[in-house]
Amino acid sequence: MSKFGKKKKGLPAVNTAALPDIVFMLLFFFMVTTTMRETDLLIEPPKLPNASEVKKLEHKSLVSTIYVGKVKPEDRAKYGAGDKIQLNDKLANVSDVANFIYGQQEKHNPEEIPYMTTSIKSDVRCGVGTIHDIREELREINALKISYSTRKGDLTANLK
Amino acid sequence: MARKELPEINAGSMADIAFLLLIFFLVTTTMDVDSGISRKLSEKPPENFDPPVVKMKNIFEININRNDQLLVEDEEMEIKDIKQATIDFLDNGGGIGKIVDNIPGTKCDYCNGERSDSSSDHPNKAIISVQSDRGTSYGMYITVQNELLAAYTELRNRYAKTHIKGKYAGMSYEELLLLDDKDNDQLKAVIKKIKNAYPQIISDAEPTK
Repeated sequence: MSKFGKKKKGLPAVNTAALPDIVFMLLFFFMVTTTMRETDLLIEPPKLPNASEVKKLEHKSLVSTIYVGKVKPEDRAKYGAGDKIQLNDKLANVSDVANFIYGQQEKHNPEEIPYMTTSIKSDVRCGVGTIHDIREELREINALKISYSTRKGDLTANLK
Repeated sequence: MARKELPEINAGSMADIAFLLLIFFLVTTTMDVDSGISRKLSEKPPENFDPPVVKMKNIFEININRNDQLLVEDEEMEIKDIKQATIDFLDNGGGIGKIVDNIPGTKCDYCNGERSDSSSDHPNKAIISVQSDRGTSYGMYITVQNELLAAYTELRNRYAKTHIKGKYAGMSYEELLLLDDKDNDQLKAVIKKIKNAYPQIISDAEPTK
């Protein structure tokens, strides 16, 4: 029994040699699955609707995003409580949509322009009126490909 | 002098460095949603454009009011029934299709509908018109659009399974889309054929105020 008697008292330290590996794994996971934040949202982060018939947007670089939603509570007094449109880093009016799209188109070759898509990220609680105004504006400048940004999921969540 | 062995580099702070990087990425990046319902808007008609006359029976009218209630062909309807109603309308095949490439329209020989005189003539003539109110919630609007697309997908799946012969026989439309073989002309032709069998004609009417 003397063999066991030799054991030192107290727990041995946990081996942390594999800790960096675990953390690196997490790091790589996040590097692969996420994208750089491009715009700071001035509106409340929109709660996107769910849908089942979704399609992936194909060429990320050809997508211009329009955000629609209500401004954050602390800015309500300044901007009002209605539905607001955000283009790049600014809150804008419907009439600015055309210029925004033209600006995006200038960054690309002319032959790519017909493939450019406008992605509308709107909150489920917004009214259709604002969306319609944007749509009309896009038709006016012949930017006809649009995508209503949705998650894949349960439809009943849209109606709450 | 005896050679001293090199001391091992202390890797204890490696985890701290990795954590630092991890936190940096957590803060600066977002999980972006890159999926959506894609639609092609109709082109703006030229001035003095006379819209073609469309028979009322070829238009499937959906109204959504500001309380998110549905009115389909002048009848109130629940959201869960709208898909079947759309399928019934599109798949009716009561008459003759429209002229494509100077070939006169034919009867819809792949439709399974009731062939009623009061519903659509042919899937390529059937128009779905969605009119919403400015106050309709976006969530409701998307739900309706999604149901309409689901109806089209179901019909296209059925058509693909029953009417496509050869290499792609027996596959549904969704499976064909997933093949993702961009340079394959044969696949492209098949997908185009299915799309033309049930073309998506959904129009958004000017919303009521």
